[in-house]
Amino acid sequence: MSDVKKFLYVNRKAPHGTIYALESLEVVLIGAAFEQDVALAFLDDGVFQLLKGWDTSELGSKNFQPAYTALGDYDIQKVYVERESLEERGLSEDDLLEMVYEDEDDDWAEKSSIRIVSREELAKIMQDSDVVLSF
Amino acid sequence: MSAGFYEVNGKQVPHDEEGYITNLSDWSKELAEVIAKQEGIDMTEEHWDVVNFLREYYEEYQIAPAIRVLVKAIKKKFGPEKGNNKYLYELFPYGPAKQACKIAGLPKPTGCV
Repeated sequence: MSDVKKFLYVNRKAPHGTIYALESLEVVLIGAAFEQDVALAFLDDGVFQLLKGWDTSELGSKNFQPAYTALGDYDIQKVYVERESLEERGLSEDDLLEMVYEDEDDDWAEKSSIRIVSREELAKIMQDSDVVLSF
Repeated sequence: MSAGFYEVNGKQVPHDEEGYITNLSDWSKELAEVIAKQEGIDMTEEHWDVVNFLREYYEEYQIAPAIRVLVKAIKKKFGPEKGNNKYLYELFPYGPAKQACKIAGLPKPTGCV
């Protein structure tokens, strides 16, 4: 396909309290049907969306966290997480969900989709994307 | 179709205007048969394989997979002779993801456009 664009979905908000995280996830799932080059970025409080072990039982809302781990099935292989945002919140990569995809070019080996990048690198990634959608 | 009820063993199970059940916990095998009949489908073992697979997928990921993802996953589990569009459309002529999800008592697949 000649008109594949690079999409970047930017997630900056905490997972609960607003609808942004869920809406973003739904748009990503829907958009995946169009076979574009899709990447996700998590920064600021958005990194909490990937923090393992949500418990939404007291919130009266559905725990949609398992859906993030299905993104590999939707051919989403690039999940950028900003290092500074993690550090500012006392978090590290070990606190995050496991997200994997299967590499078609490497005998379907399971590989991690999560890439920890610096603020500077993420700025560059945003610049190199054709479409940036902010949530 | 308008919103209404399925009748199962004398009980009424509410569904929306597209026939998807409103409360996922209302699902039962008997209900699946009732929905399938309304869709014009006689449930065979092959239909059940797909329906059960969808329920397991939903249980794990909390989403109903898009058709492309379903085909890929079925291929992985049951092999290429079942993991293809043709086979799945033969089982569920009005769209495997939509129809099988309805029978499986799941919401309409996210990303079903």
